[in-house]
Amino acid sequence: MIEENLIAGFGGQGVLSLGKLMAQAAMEQNLCATWLPSYGPEMRGGTANCVVCFSDDEIGAPVAANYDAVVVMNQPSLEKFESAVKPGGTLLINSSIISVRAKRSDIDVFYIDANDLAESVAGNAKAANVIALGALHAVRPRLETSAIEAALKTAFEYKGQKVIDMNIRALHAGMEAMQDTEPNQPQATAARAR
Amino acid sequence: MQAKRRLVKGNEAIALGAVAGGCDAFFGYPITPQNEVPEILSSEMPRHGRVFLQAESEVASINMVYGAAAAGLRAMTSSSSPGISLMMEGMSYIAGAELPCLVVNVMRGGPGLGSIAASQADYFQAVKGGGHGDYRCIVLAPWNVEEMYAFPGIAFDMADRYRNPAMILADGVLGQMMEPACIPSEPPAASHPEKPWAANGRNGRSHKNVANSLVIDPHELRDHNRKLQAKYQQMQAECKWDTRLADDAEIIVVAYGITARIAFSACKLARKRGIKAGLFRPITLYPFPAKPLLETAANAKSLLVVELSSGQMVEDVRLTINGKQPVAFYGEMGGVIPSPAEVCERIVEAAQ
Amino acid sequence: MSTIIERPGTQTPEGLNCVFEKPRAMSDKPFHYCPGCSHGTYHRLVGEMIDEFDLMSRTVGVCPVGCAVFAYEYFEFDMVEASHGRAPAVATGVKRCLPDRFVFTYQGDGDLASIGMAETIHAAARGENITVFFVNNGIFGMTGGQMAPTSLIGQKTTTSQAGRDPMLTGQPIKVCELLSSLDGVAYLARVPLSSPKNIKTCRKYMRNAVRCQLEGKGFALVEALSPCPVQWGMTPGDAIDYIDEKVVKVFPPGEFINKLND
Repeated sequence: MIEENLIAGFGGQGVLSLGKLMAQAAMEQNLCATWLPSYGPEMRGGTANCVVCFSDDEIGAPVAANYDAVVVMNQPSLEKFESAVKPGGTLLINSSIISVRAKRSDIDVFYIDANDLAESVAGNAKAANVIALGALHAVRPRLETSAIEAALKTAFEYKGQKVIDMNIRALHAGMEAMQDTEPNQPQATAARAR
Repeated sequence: MQAKRRLVKGNEAIALGAVAGGCDAFFGYPITPQNEVPEILSSEMPRHGRVFLQAESEVASINMVYGAAAAGLRAMTSSSSPGISLMMEGMSYIAGAELPCLVVNVMRGGPGLGSIAASQADYFQAVKGGGHGDYRCIVLAPWNVEEMYAFPGIAFDMADRYRNPAMILADGVLGQMMEPACIPSEPPAASHPEKPWAANGRNGRSHKNVANSLVIDPHELRDHNRKLQAKYQQMQAECKWDTRLADDAEIIVVAYGITARIAFSACKLARKRGIKAGLFRPITLYPFPAKPLLETAANAKSLLVVELSSGQMVEDVRLTINGKQPVAFYGEMGGVIPSPAEVCERIVEAAQ
Repeated sequence: MSTIIERPGTQTPEGLNCVFEKPRAMSDKPFHYCPGCSHGTYHRLVGEMIDEFDLMSRTVGVCPVGCAVFAYEYFEFDMVEASHGRAPAVATGVKRCLPDRFVFTYQGDGDLASIGMAETIHAAARGENITVFFVNNGIFGMTGGQMAPTSLIGQKTTTSQAGRDPMLTGQPIKVCELLSSLDGVAYLARVPLSSPKNIKTCRKYMRNAVRCQLEGKGFALVEALSPCPVQWGMTPGDAIDYIDEKVVKVFPPGEFINKLND
């Protein structure tokens, strides 16, 4: 088993951190993991992305041409990476700031109001990346919830228990928003209702 | 005590590995994609009472390394392809003066300003000398973050042993990627060999020491070159390599660094398709592990060399195999990274 | 590597006083310099400094590429041979690692002001605690008399055969004036090596430059205006006159910066 993920968005949306959380969680459950960021001039323009691979076997290429799961946090990322989802793969769209819908029908597309949900759960949009992580985990459960929680603890340890708790709440809010959501439906109703 | 596993970036591993490997002084100039190396060392080196200085250029960096190495200290620099080109004159002087040092090249796409994406197009420059004159560098090629951490110390030891510059040849992906790795929070005590040749002030010594590569008399320079060549011959015994799935392999895929990882995945894919493929990974690119490659490939029907270049290491493989078996080549350039599936297709082709 | 041959030193026959001897920091190797060249004078002054401040055991000198490329043969302390122009970077590497050593560079104008200008300026800007003994003879001597960035306007060289044309190659670079704006510089002085009196002044300036390093003040440089009769196409005597009449008008002598608390 190898799971190849791409996370993309604006700089400041926490896309690199979201990728690191996935890699950390994979490591917590003793999988092999790699995290590779975009770097250099392409990130100076304000967009960022990273590739996260995890596997129960040694990982060869830490990059791929196509991905099992793609998370897009802004519209340019959707335009750029919709085509990079493997057929049958998962595309998660941050519908708080992406107003258009995905075009492909051979993949599972999910929508999450990540910014709005982050505002209501954490009081600001900064936690949108952890909301998205929860949402992806709900629709594509390839990691253990406890491992993701452990990753959040490691990542936010230096900020104290309050921040850890807030992020764990955001993770679960993202998961709950996707509960019983079928792919290719309009925005998650649970998220809308809040 | 076993260090805790944590996610470590390749460049961070190089920096911490340099500290653990006993690096006394680092001189460098910013260039993507290796910037975490000087960034981390700018705080780590002073924290351990060692020297860090951001130089005004790569030219100055390598000459500061030259001065520190001449004074008998473990000195290093780190850069990426265009910056390494600027250092080539200095490397030649360091090799000519027989001084040990470490140079890290986190390769990016070329020629010229090229790109900042990963590449392996500096193989010739690294293993064939690179600067002017007949000289060679010891060249080590890591393939994961743990080796990025371990190799600076190994490189310093080899450099000191042979009084010769050593290079770690990585690439943008290895430098930028994170992987779980066990890295001690505090570096172990490194042992430094005695350097009676160092130009560090006579302090009671009966003779002066001069670090120099100028030998104006042709016969003397010839003798100096013969001495260097004999040293390079002696290094051959220290070649390092690794093999995977190679014992029963009908096709041997030869690759180093990041490409070796992709090739290893491709070998596994090929085996699922009934093709017995195995990996031979040179770890020292100079000295090139020629004899181990010959032995590994002895029972194979063919070989495939995979590189992120137009075909550089393949020349050394073909020189080694010397026509005994066909040696196919697959290269990608400019920062394009082939997928294991693409490499697998080439294995299938080459196996036919 | 060369072994020191112990010289008789100050032992003199009975009834005679020793009034002049070679500095102990200098070897017995005869200079290879041309007649009328002042590298020999400047070398001797360097040797005197090492003796006077008793620095032999802790000196690391850095020699250049240029006429003084063999400088390591003329001294008895440890030396590093730098590549062309990089002596300040090499000296930086030594000094940063061994801050208690006395580290100096000996550089010509092609080395310091042409190919090595970046290293010169940045070592000065960092206030690198090294001493630079700079020889300015306005020409590339070793390579055969080509134009240097310090060549005077109208000066005939093998690459400016009709005389240096400022429209083509600009004006001479004045190193002391150029470095004067940098806060890291502790000492800057220029002197022509054109008379015994001036040589004594040079010794005084060099003493100050050495002291700057020993007292940790920062970058110190002494520029010696030197004759190159062979490449200038003059007799040694005419070359000295040329310095006093022409060169000093473009490169005025004196102390530019002195941060010693005297």
